[in-house]
Amino acid sequence: MVKVVVWGSLKPHTGGKAELEIEAGNVRELLNKLGETYPGLKPQLARGVSVAIDGVIFRDGWHEPLGKDSEVFLLPRMVGG
Amino acid sequence: MPLDSTQPSKRDFKVVGTRPLRPDGIDKVTGRAKFGADATAPGMLVGRILRSPHAHARIKKIDTSKAEKLAGVKAIVTRADFPDKTDGDAGLYDVLYNIMAREKALYEGHAVAAVAAVDAATAREALKLIKIDYEVLPHVTDVDEAMKPGAPVLHSTIFTDGVEPKPKKPSNVTRRYEFGHGDVEAGFKKADIVVQRTFKTEATHQGYIEPHACLANVGPDGQGELWVCTQGHFMVRDTCARLLGMDISKLRVTASEIGGGFGGKTTVFIEPVALALSRKANRPVKVVMSRDEVFKASGPTASTSVDVKIGVTKAGRITAADATLRYQGGAFAGSPVEFGAMSAFACYDLENVRAIGYDVVTNRPKQAAYRAPGAPMAAFAVESVIEELAHKVGMTSIDFRIKNAAREGTKSSYGPTYGPIGLLPTLERAKQHPHFQAPLGPNQGRGMACGFWFNFGGQTCVSLNVNVDGTVALSVGTPDIGGSRASMCLMAAEELGIPYDKVRAIVADTSSLGYNDVTDGSRTTFATGMATILAARDAIKKLTARAAQIWSIPVEAVTWEKGYAKPAGSNAGNFPPLSIAEIAAQAGATGGPIAGHHEYSADGAGVSFATHICDAEVDPETGATKIVRYTVLQDAGKAVHPSYVEGQFQGGAVQGIGWALNEEYIYGKDGRLQNAGFLDYRIPVCSDLPMIDTVILEIPNPGHPYGVRGVGETSIVPPLATIANAVSAAAGVRLTSLPMSPPKILAALDRKAAAE
Repeated sequence: MVKVVVWGSLKPHTGGKAELEIEAGNVRELLNKLGETYPGLKPQLARGVSVAIDGVIFRDGWHEPLGKDSEVFLLPRMVGG
Repeated sequence: MPLDSTQPSKRDFKVVGTRPLRPDGIDKVTGRAKFGADATAPGMLVGRILRSPHAHARIKKIDTSKAEKLAGVKAIVTRADFPDKTDGDAGLYDVLYNIMAREKALYEGHAVAAVAAVDAATAREALKLIKIDYEVLPHVTDVDEAMKPGAPVLHSTIFTDGVEPKPKKPSNVTRRYEFGHGDVEAGFKKADIVVQRTFKTEATHQGYIEPHACLANVGPDGQGELWVCTQGHFMVRDTCARLLGMDISKLRVTASEIGGGFGGKTTVFIEPVALALSRKANRPVKVVMSRDEVFKASGPTASTSVDVKIGVTKAGRITAADATLRYQGGAFAGSPVEFGAMSAFACYDLENVRAIGYDVVTNRPKQAAYRAPGAPMAAFAVESVIEELAHKVGMTSIDFRIKNAAREGTKSSYGPTYGPIGLLPTLERAKQHPHFQAPLGPNQGRGMACGFWFNFGGQTCVSLNVNVDGTVALSVGTPDIGGSRASMCLMAAEELGIPYDKVRAIVADTSSLGYNDVTDGSRTTFATGMATILAARDAIKKLTARAAQIWSIPVEAVTWEKGYAKPAGSNAGNFPPLSIAEIAAQAGATGGPIAGHHEYSADGAGVSFATHICDAEVDPETGATKIVRYTVLQDAGKAVHPSYVEGQFQGGAVQGIGWALNEEYIYGKDGRLQNAGFLDYRIPVCSDLPMIDTVILEIPNPGHPYGVRGVGETSIVPPLATIANAVSAAAGVRLTSLPMSPPKILAALDRKAAAE
């Protein structure tokens, strides 16, 4: 199981929880299972997200591995100018 | 990803880090460079766009019949020519609605129809003959007003997301964001001093000198070409193809030279309209925005309203930090408030922190990205309060920041734990900088601030072809907005071991190269640069294989060193080294053309920090401000072309000076923009500015083979606060509203005098 932290305003879609336990070995599995477990997150997942793993932010990278001790944060999809 | 085993910091660079002349320089100063409006085509028509004079109006009827009958008019398009093909993609639907109004015009300048005619005079005449039946509606342009109950609601479909319970009525607040950790209320109870203030910033335009321009040419077979001034021609191709129902393969887009972007050219405005006109007229159509249109109908950044509250102990340690940010991003969802909220407190090591953001729509043009979207306004508010707190606890501005600065192992305010970061080094260098010790003159004040930005990588594809004479042709797909072609040539030359002037880089069109994300997010020197390095390594593998073939020895027995293939050791044979030119000359006989490629989604860009120092002089009689000294200190990881890095630092500071002192979108009570031109919307010019001093720090990014970090955006994050702190020090009163124009400063001085 991986512990993933979502940002505060997603909590209405996760039963009020900011920290979620998800069985996922990589980013793709994490995003798929987040959408399956919390359907309210699907619009945000469709708009796009980034995933921070141990301090490094990934905008893409479905196959980035997640260890059970990884620090994982769901973040809005990075944009820039 | 295979990275160089050599530690970036230990690498002895030969070419990278030098300052050669830019390859596009002579073309640009002699007028040979072709920008967006410079293209022509046989039979070309002139496209012009009719825009709403109203800030908010229902479009009851559009009558183009008289215009269609005007001699020389070849095509007219309206909302009827842009059926919704967005397939439920809300973001793309907003783009569709923005490029051509549908049931309502949502801001002054919103496109409502377009004409292609044989010349500009005919096109203008035709626009006058188009009759629009408007029902004018109440409007709102201020972010705080737009959030109030009873404000005119732009969209009946917006129900604020991210709040509980879900609203039952539509409003102008599209979404609520919240970031942070700890318990801010408990943190404030531990504080000895708390400062709480509200700040406002006005919308500013990116101010690129070249207006949007394109030439569209769609043939009767449905195949199209587009020449366009953009930061991302692959994005333009894909967006236009989807909006117009074209196969992506049928649209070839070529990026022109670009006269500035700064984030404002990362979307489409006129391009789908020009293509639709060309498709309808069966002729090439050129559309060039006027400056008035650039201001009214392309994206400025958001205007904002921000509350900040920070508590500290007497010893100068922050116990809690809280902010509420309200950003309006024009008539559609998508202001950069989430990035304002994420970055607001990112410079500090905080146990208790919270940032709440509200994305708000108003009757203004759809905002577009502007360097480090959302971060400068948040930094203005937070760094102003930080400065005030430093003075209240009796510490220097810089020591207070050093004491509370984020460092490796800090849990960032937006969540993840930082790895190695460069904030403290910029602060420590700033503390030693002569600027901090220099005396100040009468009516002068000194300010400082720190800034943070994320940076990212993105999808990137590069081809590197070795020519038969050993020179190198490099094809990249990221438009060059900041000197990237020179940087790419430097990195290719470094890797191959050949001189810089033996490499020439071009920005290839969309049919010549795989997909590339837009040039944004400070990503190009990082991501395209890494792809260039890896493409060069791919070419080196092939070059060494050809040398092995020529020498009839195993490929493992060949190494590449300083531009030559050499036997790996005495056991491999005694062959004289083969230069890249000697190997390339025999390419036809040894297997054909030699090329290296790399395509990937780059990640690991690494976050970036900067510290700025400014001296400002305020005239107490007029309220006019002069920036007398300015210094930028920023971590570049590795400066590939230091002059360009310095240019990015200086450019960010200068745009920040304009944002802080002069620039603002001014709306009348009728919701119309009052200053849509460079005479009334005043960006800084050379005579307004001191020489901006720069200090490049090089703390290698472990995610790049040479240690490169993006530098294009962070430099615009600290200036608003830096200048506000300097002006506040000079005036002796805290300024909380941008721009700090003379009338605002005089009013603040009057309030101060009345209080005394």
